[in-house]
Amino acid sequence: MPKHEPVLLKNMLQPGYTGSLAEYERAGGYQALKKVVGKVAPADVTAMVIKSGLRGRGGAGFPTGVKWGFLPKDYQGPKYLCCNADESEPGTFKDRQLMERDPHQVLEGIALACYAIGSETAYIYIRGEFVLGSRILDKAVAEARAAGYLGRNILGRGINLDIWVHRGAGAYICGEETALLESLEGKRGLPRVKPPFPATSGLYGKPTVINNVETLANLPHIVNRGPEWFASIGSPPKSAGTRIFCVSGHVKRPGNYEVPMGVTCRELIFEHAGGMRGDKPLKAFIPGGASAPFLTPDHLDVKLDFESVAQAGSMLGSGGVTVMEEGTDMVWAALRLMEFFHHESCGKCSPCREGSSWLVQTLRRILAKRGRMEDLETLVQLCNNIAGRTVCAFGDAEVAPILSTLKYWRPEYEALIREAEAQRAHELPMAAARH
Amino acid sequence: MLREKYKTEIEEILSRYPVKRSALLPLLYLAQREAGYISEEAMQEIAGLLRLTPPQVYETATFYTMLNLKPVGKFHLQVCKSLMCALVGSDTLIGWLEKKLGIKSGETSKDGLFTLSKVECLGACGTGPMMQINDDYYERLTEEKVDRILADLKRDGTSALKTGPFMWPEPNGAKP
Repeated sequence: MPKHEPVLLKNMLQPGYTGSLAEYERAGGYQALKKVVGKVAPADVTAMVIKSGLRGRGGAGFPTGVKWGFLPKDYQGPKYLCCNADESEPGTFKDRQLMERDPHQVLEGIALACYAIGSETAYIYIRGEFVLGSRILDKAVAEARAAGYLGRNILGRGINLDIWVHRGAGAYICGEETALLESLEGKRGLPRVKPPFPATSGLYGKPTVINNVETLANLPHIVNRGPEWFASIGSPPKSAGTRIFCVSGHVKRPGNYEVPMGVTCRELIFEHAGGMRGDKPLKAFIPGGASAPFLTPDHLDVKLDFESVAQAGSMLGSGGVTVMEEGTDMVWAALRLMEFFHHESCGKCSPCREGSSWLVQTLRRILAKRGRMEDLETLVQLCNNIAGRTVCAFGDAEVAPILSTLKYWRPEYEALIREAEAQRAHELPMAAARH
Repeated sequence: MLREKYKTEIEEILSRYPVKRSALLPLLYLAQREAGYISEEAMQEIAGLLRLTPPQVYETATFYTMLNLKPVGKFHLQVCKSLMCALVGSDTLIGWLEKKLGIKSGETSKDGLFTLSKVECLGACGTGPMMQINDDYYERLTEEKVDRILADLKRDGTSALKTGPFMWPEPNGAKP
């Protein structure tokens, strides 16, 4: 299959690769760390990452090196790096594979980032359900420490780094960076009001960088092969590099596919993921995890890079591509996602906490054929009063499934409501009044 | 009680963080591992260990779905019901499990062996329908596979059908 050279998945695609330290080293692992620690100035590592054009792979797509640059210069106290491994966005399962199958690649990335920002402590905040992943990472940390890649005086070059694996306990919101910090501090995972941004006041009020697993895993390759190499892949300058797309839903071969950014949705779905299960026509797909608006078959030629997907009215987000075949009930699909968001709303902001409940109730009513035409306007009004009115981006995320399904499949909502109206017309006036 | 039984482990956990409260989730997990759930006594003890008030521990413990504040069965079956798993049949699977176990979601079987829960996304969308049983993932489930898992668990307390380090699609195209 792959016309494109995989970068992050390369080692694990070798048959029998277990991700042990010895195998990772044999595949060229920890060369990047040896190349830079104590030899290249940390500021130059940051400059290299800026030059590569690497953008965050967790969802927001912020330029990684630029984010590091926001840390206060000449700060003397402790700084922290948090690896965001709280992968909980429905449709996304790439970080799990990176951590379970090639943990040292992630650790080397963390070590490089810590060196660049001058941090001696990193926490991997991994979602609580990934018990296996946390065990594998714990083991890898111990291996790397014994080999002198972590701990005191790394490679004998006077640099220290401790990495700790910290398991969350089941809360989607903890993937939001400030909620992650609150949770790591032993509290409820409620997002903080920004500013101050974590770069100036993060974990324990100290300067902190939070990077996604996949983002960090790219670093050893950027150091080894140079920023120009990285910037030449994908759709530079704004969407450089490869991306691991997680394909789920009604396709023949669901799974993780690493491709250069800029391949089309059609290529990803029909070539890499093998096309539609049972060769049914495609009805809808989500290009970037549950928070991204739905797209239609008309968007199959949209390029999977940050700008193109945004231009098509959705977002690249976490890279979770969910595919739905003809016959999928879009009101039901929107409800399923809405139930997720309602369940996971942290409760801090009223529009999200209360609004998500009203959205779920309204959708359930429509789906149960008890809706009214004015419900559709209510849905839009509710969505408009949630998006942009909350502390974090969760509010914007939760309205995406409803607004986008209403945009493209409004007739499905209307058909359900018309059935409800027809049913009501046959009822006695008193019974109808009870609805 | 935790303090005596897990002295070294608790010290090791505390050593990871410059601020004690950060050890709260790891200690709650420890309490859960010990008793299968987190009792009020355990929360009070943890509060003492971290110099927090019991409400501070309670408010955190109640926020997270993986922390059981009441006893669950020996095997906690958590089936993902989010859209991605639902597209490939998780609703049917939940129905099958309810029938096999003779309980509804949220209930525990009379013998105390199985608790069935419907949960939101577990990050295994490419291999749905799936469920987590205690610490392990079981993916690409079918009714037949579920039957074998339940029988294995009853007989051996574990099942070989649990999923190992995740890789999908497999490089050689093998299907588990």
